[in-house]
Amino acid sequence: MDKMHFKVTVNGKQEELLVEPRELLIHVLREKLGVTGPHIGCETSHCGACTVDMDGKSVKSCTVFAAQANGADVTTIEGLGTPDGLHVLQQMFKEHHGLQCGFCTPGMITRAYRLLQENPDPSEEDVRFGMSGNLCRCTGYQNIVKAVLASAAELNAVKEAAQ
Amino acid sequence: MNEMSPPTAERAAALKGLGSERKRVEDARFTQGKGNYVDDLKLPGMLFGDFVRSPYAHARIKSIDAEAAKALPGVVAVLTAEDLAPLGLHWMPTLAGDKQMVLADGKVLFQGQEVAFVVAEDRYIAADAVELIEVDYEELPVVTDPFKAQADDAPVLREDLDGNMEGAHGPRRHHNHIFTWEQGDKEATDTVIGSADVVAEEMIYYHRTHPCPLETCGCVASMDKVNGKLTVHGTFQAPHAVRTVASLISGIAEHNIRIISPDIGGGFGNKVGVYPGYICSIVASIVTGVPVKWVEDRMDNLMATAFARDYWMQGKIAATKDGKITGLWCHVTADHGAFDACADPTKFPAGFFNICTGSYDIPTAYLAVDGVYTNKAPGGVAYRCSFRVTEAAYFIERMIEVLAIKLGMDAAELRAKNFIKADQFPYRSALGWEYDSGNYQPAWDKALKAVGYDDLRKEQAERVEAFKRGETRKLLGIGLTFFTEIVGAGPVKNCDILGLGMFDSCEIRIHPTGSAIARLGTISQGQGHATTFAQILASETGIPADDITIEEGDTDTAPYGLGTYGSRSTPVAGAATAMAGRKIRAKAQMIAAYLLEVHDDDVEWDVDRFVVKGAPERFKTMKEIAFASYNQAIPGVEPGLEAVSYYDPPNMTYPFGAYICVMEIDADTGEWSIRQFYALDDCGTRINPMIIEGQVHGGVTEALAIAMGQEIAYDEIGNVKTGTLMDFFIPTAWETPHYTTDHTVTPSPHHPIGAKGVGESPNVGGVPAFSNAVHDAFRPFGLVQAHMPHDHWRIWKIAHDLGLHG
Amino acid sequence: MIPGNFHYHRPESVDDAVAILAKYGDEARAVAGGHSLIPMMKLRMADLAHVVDLQAIGDLKGITVDSSTVTIGAMVTQHELIASEPLAQAAPIIREASLQIADPQVRYVGTIGGNVANGDPGNDMPALMQCLDATFVLTGPNGTRDVAAREFYEAAYFTAREDDELLVAIRFPATQGGYAYEKQKRKIGDYATAAAAVLIEKDGSSCSAASVAMTNLSDVPVYCQGAIDALIGSTLDASALDAAVAAMQEAIDPQADNRGPVEFKRHVAGIMLRRAIERAASRA
Repeated sequence: MDKMHFKVTVNGKQEELLVEPRELLIHVLREKLGVTGPHIGCETSHCGACTVDMDGKSVKSCTVFAAQANGADVTTIEGLGTPDGLHVLQQMFKEHHGLQCGFCTPGMITRAYRLLQENPDPSEEDVRFGMSGNLCRCTGYQNIVKAVLASAAELNAVKEAAQ
Repeated sequence: MNEMSPPTAERAAALKGLGSERKRVEDARFTQGKGNYVDDLKLPGMLFGDFVRSPYAHARIKSIDAEAAKALPGVVAVLTAEDLAPLGLHWMPTLAGDKQMVLADGKVLFQGQEVAFVVAEDRYIAADAVELIEVDYEELPVVTDPFKAQADDAPVLREDLDGNMEGAHGPRRHHNHIFTWEQGDKEATDTVIGSADVVAEEMIYYHRTHPCPLETCGCVASMDKVNGKLTVHGTFQAPHAVRTVASLISGIAEHNIRIISPDIGGGFGNKVGVYPGYICSIVASIVTGVPVKWVEDRMDNLMATAFARDYWMQGKIAATKDGKITGLWCHVTADHGAFDACADPTKFPAGFFNICTGSYDIPTAYLAVDGVYTNKAPGGVAYRCSFRVTEAAYFIERMIEVLAIKLGMDAAELRAKNFIKADQFPYRSALGWEYDSGNYQPAWDKALKAVGYDDLRKEQAERVEAFKRGETRKLLGIGLTFFTEIVGAGPVKNCDILGLGMFDSCEIRIHPTGSAIARLGTISQGQGHATTFAQILASETGIPADDITIEEGDTDTAPYGLGTYGSRSTPVAGAATAMAGRKIRAKAQMIAAYLLEVHDDDVEWDVDRFVVKGAPERFKTMKEIAFASYNQAIPGVEPGLEAVSYYDPPNMTYPFGAYICVMEIDADTGEWSIRQFYALDDCGTRINPMIIEGQVHGGVTEALAIAMGQEIAYDEIGNVKTGTLMDFFIPTAWETPHYTTDHTVTPSPHHPIGAKGVGESPNVGGVPAFSNAVHDAFRPFGLVQAHMPHDHWRIWKIAHDLGLHG
Repeated sequence: MIPGNFHYHRPESVDDAVAILAKYGDEARAVAGGHSLIPMMKLRMADLAHVVDLQAIGDLKGITVDSSTVTIGAMVTQHELIASEPLAQAAPIIREASLQIADPQVRYVGTIGGNVANGDPGNDMPALMQCLDATFVLTGPNGTRDVAAREFYEAAYFTAREDDELLVAIRFPATQGGYAYEKQKRKIGDYATAAAAVLIEKDGSSCSAASVAMTNLSDVPVYCQGAIDALIGSTLDASALDAAVAAMQEAIDPQADNRGPVEFKRHVAGIMLRRAIERAASRA
């Protein structure tokens, strides 16, 4: 089967490579581009460990063919903050013990990032519903919800201070 | 001589030692996507392995045709049992003294069993090759029911055991029987039950489920033919044990094997066992001379790697008329699947199920467990519990409820009436354990008060009346549990796995400038060892936790230990850590005394320093002592400041807790919602309250899943009906309630810091709390016992069978 | 779980897409969000030589509400359905139902077209479309034709759409009165154990118009004329609801699966319908 030219922007960096159309975005990211933050958990789009932000949407990259993502702009956990400048969500997950084994965390935070873009002032119910595409086996979600709510408060406080 | 120093409390706080809500050091890398999990590993020239798996639960293999697969470009090798047989690797020993096929040898015994191993340049080619391998099967009769498996005419599953009626745990009495394990006094128990005022009898089933960590199992095996060294990175909860087993199986000397457990994406018992994928990857790497990666997909994980539970527990509980329990009898039919691959200490084929007298002072008891083969996947691991303890807790907490019904008594009162009293500890149970410490009544009172138990019962009674009047279709269930765990396996005198005593270890090196590294035989899978073990050391050595690196999981560098499962890290390795810290301190005391020019006995420890007794202005901090240990010649003292401790615990630890669940149940649809969940844990000394709370949240959520829907279900012909996360229930944030946590503190008297372990308590206590809530909602209508999982249709069926649908 | 290989096409017009489908026949499949098809391909339960990705076809996007008619492009996602205020005004049942489909990530990519055209009995939109009396606009090599949602479904995964036709749009009249989509599922992301889509209009205290369709209770969505007949003209009293439920239970044919046995599903279907009628009536 012929390979196709595949162009994608990942965390602000343009990438160009040859892929088989069937290759899944998660495999391209992890194995060809060395972006191993997003993980593979269930492979049937139920767990959300592979969540990335693609063209302004949270998507499960295990259920996207590379071919479909051709031309897309993708942000992963690696693109959200830097070691010296963590994203508020990264800080708050740490602060509120929102993770244990860490396997679901990149998908969780990447999903929460988009959720807060769309709903900057969510209720606990909004967060629980908005994060329901991501499974965690360790935390029981309580501290994840706490971390997302704390992030929203922090982001809003920063916004307010700027105004 | 020294500058003014901050007060003791301030210095103690700066250490972030025991009791500190220290933030986790692991999180920096995990929150930035820089965890290092097995599937992240990419070695030069690495190949990928994938399995052909059996679509049948029981079939003879007539032929395997791999020619088309081998011809596919990019396929490097295809291994079958025939290829492994000359190496003696087509079968492997299990942790339970049985043996298991690595690749199907003549027949398959469960759906998803490994039949052939394809090695290819990448996972896509490997998957294509798997499709091209043709296996000719002749189907055989299937048995998935452990009772039918024991019929005289049941199909013979293990032909390899033909005529061998002596098993690893004594005589076998049927071709599908594995062992009988008896504990307690049968005759005395029969007598008590035969003459009791009241006897309640019930079959309690704890269904088959699966730990299902979010990361599946996998490894990268790499044989370096130049230096003869085999390195295996893998999802191993017990890396040293894996190294020893790998050496014994392969014949490669142990020093030439290096096992590395990198970050592990959850284990919950799933990653204790040795799986065919590991063996095949190792063989493939030896054959090809390049690294070979194998990573399960989710279906492989759910169908073939270690299941948990599947215990049919027949119980009889005897009591006086006024509710004093006099005896307990239990017979378990344990479905082990095709091979006995239980991960239990060797002498305990049913783990610590004999903790099934629970928190109660039951004078007489008898237990028998029969292990049985069926056409289901092997396993029987401790899914977030100490070995078979969650089954035991579920059994006794159900039997208590059943007895309460029979007595017409409130179940909270019945529990209190039978608690082991505080002054009875250490308490010797009728089934042979010595409980180290406990103080149950205050914990129970605190829990009942916290939830407003009496008011809840009134509300429930009103709800029942409203239901009967047709004003509501929702019922209220109050699920009570008081559990006692047995964790921290364990004393070498009675606990070993494949002959390896279940001690654990810690090795510490203090650097000249006063920071440190400690290495342990355990491996974290999310428990936060890098954070909490440093806290133990901070309190023991006076070095701030932030200045201590914790390293685990590499057998070339870590001291020998038995790994992380069964809540053993804190009770065993945590104790080793404290003891190693004390060895450091003992040496530091000599150095300090020398530096302060006083006798060893004339200095005393004060948080982070030794001070001269009666002259607190004269002291040497641990930092100063560390430097001195490297640069001063101290008579009679070796240079450097290092210590290692191998800790063999004198006993298990016995954490306990009181959990209460308030559940709303829709009698028409079987839908449920948790209105309140209160969890009180007593895990002895609390190392990091934040982490303890996180462990409880997570464990209770796993309990919620297990009780309310999570199962590995088979149809009559052995097909797995729950092979993906569409059907294998894992609740989301939406279905998961908010939890209230609480605690009491009853330290373990024999543990160096009094800690007991907590990771698994919430699963052990949570499952009966949820299940009892379901039962309790229907108790006013006559329900005595209904099997888990309590998914919608099964709850609906309870209501239906009780005539609540008109 | 690795899919087999295929040729990938990303046409930019409906005509181009139809031409590709026509050329490769049943070896080709259109893919919208792909969250039904891709898992099937990964499980190797679907093997396709050609995948026709519709994402670049601008004509398949957009929601228009024109006085009394709603037209939705096949490639409109569930996320967009939920976000659309005009749609929430014209047919609020769409938002209510869409929020009960899958999970947030899946709703970003899952489309209305994919949901209705796939023919999966588990999908929620087919019954909803039957309830709304929607019309599916299909374009093939020989032009465009309309098929009523109530005529579209033949059996599980079999529909009136030919292999070389593309569902391009969905059209239905704006709704009046009350609505409800009641769905029981085991958890977020699950298909319905049973679900009921109901529209009710009232004239005073009596029901003047109604529509009822059920999800995942047969190999096709079940439009329930009998239930509708029982409701129209009634005061939506207990006996009317009983009759509607009884008529619906006649029409469905649930199968046992992990969600439960047939008897349970029939019962739950009744409860869902009863609740949907009551809630729709309360909003009418």
